[in-house]
Amino acid sequence: MDLKEKLVASYVAFENDVNINSDVHEIRTKALQNFEELGFPTKKLEAWKYTSLNSVLKQDYSIFPDNEAAIELADVKKYFIHDIDTYKIIFIDGKYSSFLSDTTHDEMDICLLSSALEKPKYKAVIENYFNKIAEQDNLTSLNTAFAKEGAYIYIPRNVEVEKPIQIINFTTGKEDATMLQPRNLIVAEQNAHVQIIERHQSLTSNPVLTNAVTEVYAAKDATVDIYKIQNDNNNASLVDNAYIEQKSNSIVSVHTFSFGGNITRNNLNFYQRGEHIDSILKGVTIIEGKQHIDHHTLVHHIEPNCESHQDYKGIYDERSTAVFNGKVIVEKEAQKTNAYQQNNNVLVSDKATINAKPQLEIFADDVKCSHGCTIGQLDDDALFYMQQRGIPKKEAKALLMYAFANTVLESVKIPEVKQRINKLIANKLGVNIGFDL
Amino acid sequence: MLKIENLHANIEDKSILKGLNLEVKAGEIHAIMGPNGAGKSTMASVIAGKEEYEVTEGTIELNGEDISELAPEERAHNGVFLSFQYPVEIPGVTVTNFIKTSINESRKAQGLEEMPAKDMLKMIREKSELLEIDRKFLSRSLNEGFSGGEKKRNEIFQMAMLEPKLAILDETDSGLDIDALRIVANGVNKLKSKDNAVIVITHYQRLLDYIVPDFVHVLHDGKIVKTGDASLALELEAKGYDWIKEEVNS
Repeated sequence: MDLKEKLVASYVAFENDVNINSDVHEIRTKALQNFEELGFPTKKLEAWKYTSLNSVLKQDYSIFPDNEAAIELADVKKYFIHDIDTYKIIFIDGKYSSFLSDTTHDEMDICLLSSALEKPKYKAVIENYFNKIAEQDNLTSLNTAFAKEGAYIYIPRNVEVEKPIQIINFTTGKEDATMLQPRNLIVAEQNAHVQIIERHQSLTSNPVLTNAVTEVYAAKDATVDIYKIQNDNNNASLVDNAYIEQKSNSIVSVHTFSFGGNITRNNLNFYQRGEHIDSILKGVTIIEGKQHIDHHTLVHHIEPNCESHQDYKGIYDERSTAVFNGKVIVEKEAQKTNAYQQNNNVLVSDKATINAKPQLEIFADDVKCSHGCTIGQLDDDALFYMQQRGIPKKEAKALLMYAFANTVLESVKIPEVKQRINKLIANKLGVNIGFDL
Repeated sequence: MLKIENLHANIEDKSILKGLNLEVKAGEIHAIMGPNGAGKSTMASVIAGKEEYEVTEGTIELNGEDISELAPEERAHNGVFLSFQYPVEIPGVTVTNFIKTSINESRKAQGLEEMPAKDMLKMIREKSELLEIDRKFLSRSLNEGFSGGEKKRNEIFQMAMLEPKLAILDETDSGLDIDALRIVANGVNKLKSKDNAVIVITHYQRLLDYIVPDFVHVLHDGKIVKTGDASLALELEAKGYDWIKEEVNS
């Protein structure tokens, strides 16, 4: 039985566990039908031309991992940003861990999607926002069909959340292979401010496939900052589908730091429904071995006077492969749009590959849309210059790569996150120099 | 200090240095002059260890040790400094952080602890004053958008920080106006001691009015063909190189 058949066959068991007489379940069953029709994406689809999931779909995944597996905080502390106070929504093998979490219902809701889907108190929000902007494509439909658990974040009007929120999905490797489908819903009402740090972390080398969906709504004047730390081990694959809708004067930024994992596919979609919106999409990717990363971004400029800023930097060593597909659509009504896209890549090895594709569809005539894409190597003259000043070649390379990626780090607003990323980069580059450029 | 014997070097099979001999003792200043394409910059790059050049014959000794097989950073750790004719721009790395990294990597190679931040700052202040460098300049990205003069001044600032045993100044005077030239030359003279040595590569006598050499060498077609004292530079300025070429050919 292949994975698709297994998923469909197990739906009856899933239904035993959820309220099937609800509007939400109607959405789920429709999504299941959709997935049954579409199946998993193949390379025949334009959007999946350079990324094949075949190798990861072959595993015999456990779809509903059993009871909560216990993990000690001491063993996983290093995966948290722990030097500052944060809210935490933590899952272990897909199940909520109350022990590791720190949630709240005080003034705002930072809690679980499972309760938000079931409890009447949240009915209005779920009706308004759940699965409203998520696309009906194959993998998002699959996630929607099994949508049950994840983070639920609701920030009311004028509330500024003082602590960042960490959402971490751990897998323990208790099962031989685990498939997870977390579903997050984040709503920031008018003039609300919230910062979110997301991470998927597998604790053993057993295969993991995560198909995550996150919907984010930023109302008028809201500010949402999301930091995705992708540094999982070599047998963990991730498809991260994020859908973000913004209203007038809102600012949403998403920083994606991709250093680990087997196959990582990021589908990051922004929809601008209002004026004077700013959407910020930034990424640093440093991979090697046989790692594969695929960044698919979409910014849909629907109304006038909005901005978008994309800056993706990638460093690829050994036989790693990568894709950057940055799509910007500017509708006819979206005059005075200012859309900026930058994608710079360094191939450290001649066996590494990057497929870069800026895709601009502009239907308005009074806009500023720029895009720049470069693929290069490290500058030998710069390396010699640095070596001449006593900096060994390895460190010189690291310093050059770090400086290259630094424009992305500059806009990280949480100092501890920036510090952590610096450390991850230094580790990744195998050097022991403090980066505080 | 430095002893080069019968040095031959190629780049991509093209032979550039063809039997160069040069001995520089501690406390001395040597000037290397010569027509374009004579191999002056190649000589500087080969001493510093640039990998594109292949040494096919001969030796380069620094304080009795053959350094011709060492990596560029190892030569730097042994006290070789090259002030580049065209300093490289490194966006994203500030002058201060670059020099900090540079000093601490050298100290690490010598088994020393990192320099305490307080000492580092004090040293940066002293040396930047010596070269009349503005504080703001130090927080800019290394060489990025610097004028020709700023780049050269920054090279000598780094030299002052690293305190090398052997400094090679490759056309440090090019691109400098007369005030900047005076500041740079003054910096070099202040750093000069009986324990270190300087090789100045230049086209013009002008710099040698400020940095007075003990010896002047003429490099032509990959070899040193004439050596004299400071007055040789004056003679070259007045007469050009043709008479030397004729001397060599006859």
